[in-house]
Amino acid sequence: MKVLVGVKRVVDANIKVRVKGDGSGVDTANVKMAMNPFCEIAVEQAVRMKEAGSVSEIVAVSIGVPQCQETLRTALAMGADRAILVETDQEVQPLAVAKVFKALCEKEQPGLVILGKQAIDDDNNQSGQMLSALLGWPQAAFISKIEITGDSAQITREIDGGLERLCAKLPLVATTDLRLNEPRYVTLPNIMKAKKKPLDNIKPDQLGVDMTPRLKTVTVAEPPKRSAGVKVADVAELIDKLKNEARVI
Amino acid sequence: MSILVIAEHDGARLKPGFLNTLGAARKIGGDIHVLVAGHQAAEAVAAAAKAEGVAKVLQADAAYYASPTAENLSALIVPLAKNYSHVLAAASGFGKNFMPRVAALLDVAQISDISDVVSPDSFVRPIYAGNALATVQSNDPIKVITVRATAFDPVADSGGSAAVESIPAGPDTGLSAVQGQELTKSARPELTAARVIVSGGRGMGSGENFKILEALADKLNAAVGASRAAVDSGFVPNDYQVGQTGKIVAPELYVAVGISGAIQHLAGMKDSKVIVAINKDPEAPIFQVANYWIVDDLFKVVPELTQKLG
Repeated sequence: MKVLVGVKRVVDANIKVRVKGDGSGVDTANVKMAMNPFCEIAVEQAVRMKEAGSVSEIVAVSIGVPQCQETLRTALAMGADRAILVETDQEVQPLAVAKVFKALCEKEQPGLVILGKQAIDDDNNQSGQMLSALLGWPQAAFISKIEITGDSAQITREIDGGLERLCAKLPLVATTDLRLNEPRYVTLPNIMKAKKKPLDNIKPDQLGVDMTPRLKTVTVAEPPKRSAGVKVADVAELIDKLKNEARVI
Repeated sequence: MSILVIAEHDGARLKPGFLNTLGAARKIGGDIHVLVAGHQAAEAVAAAAKAEGVAKVLQADAAYYASPTAENLSALIVPLAKNYSHVLAAASGFGKNFMPRVAALLDVAQISDISDVVSPDSFVRPIYAGNALATVQSNDPIKVITVRATAFDPVADSGGSAAVESIPAGPDTGLSAVQGQELTKSARPELTAARVIVSGGRGMGSGENFKILEALADKLNAAVGASRAAVDSGFVPNDYQVGQTGKIVAPELYVAVGISGAIQHLAGMKDSKVIVAINKDPEAPIFQVANYWIVDDLFKVVPELTQKLG
């Protein structure tokens, strides 16, 4: 079975972004970029399934600026077999992502697509569900476990009150949650090997997808700051403050 | 303008975020209809009809709506959505699961996790773990929106007398099947509805040590939460997780215990009214958002706090 994995290039999770002075967005110039953490989990899952013998080929896909090639090389170093960059300078929104992946699925015919549940930059949490809907395939969002048996998948997914067990036929679109796995670190020999793996570059036009953003960002602002708090010396003072100043207990 | 709000319920009761989602719908303005998809969910239907500002409740009943799949819910909602200018659901695990499908099948963008309404086509939403607030405008004919419940006041749960209309169930797509749920059993309030939350981080050291938080939570009638680090370390289940990729909460009082205060955690709790932090590291970033903090060993402070609260 072939697996398609999405990888997004985002601002590194440890960096606190700054809003630009003119309100046009956040400052991403000279900021460290990395693979979106949930996409790392997606790649790791595909690699583990290949190691276990249920997957034969892993194709990593990214959409965006030419520098996304670096993110794809990371996916290749983790164990993906080949990569596709759908190159565009336009702002990429989830509906367009879903349409690009749909076109690629029609071409590549994977048995499984694994995407991260959410990108940590725009925090949308949409693309996987949208892709599943456009393809008319089953959806398994926020998964913490997946097992393939024959032509179906047994899934455990995270829901608000606990866990849900789901059974679905392949092909399937799955989105990853945190506890699915812990991604491996890439090793130097694998980074060297990844340089030799194939990376195709195509344009959205070649897939017949219109990337025009549907949502217009009017302005981006800083969130309101919390007023400075105080250090209290001991439990007695804390209880006094909570009772008599904040009046919350 | 007319707005369809998708109710989240367990057959009998509406989930806490639903009344806040109705609050967001009122802020947009227009007729508000509610869809209750369920199985033998008469109590939930009656509760929705009593909510303030609801003009009509649409009731769809089928066995496969008892624990509905995203595929079946979107198949029901998409044809209905064409009669509305806006479709809203809470940005909970429930809403996030099916709403993007509804948007994609209508060929419109989804506006995720809105925290304010600027006008019927413009909304504020947090990005980058809440470190920036984007105002976005949609020109799509139907606005498909998920709502950050903590950012909107709930409407009253009584006083309304909406008409109830039964509508035919949508198809059973058969694409996937829910085989069961394992829900965390707890006598405490739900995290997203609790007035007080006591949360633990990596500093707790083990799942066993969460018992001291539970004792404190019992005194405060609080829910128990956790940081991602505590979930990653296997101390507690994922449904305890507060943060960018977990639950977003804004209680009256949030007590952060042994939590350093990573960006991802602050994203989920910094709108709490009063934040208390207990951490032995005097440099912990959590203190930057705390109203009151104690620099000391949590294993000393928490039991003492529990005891002195009497």
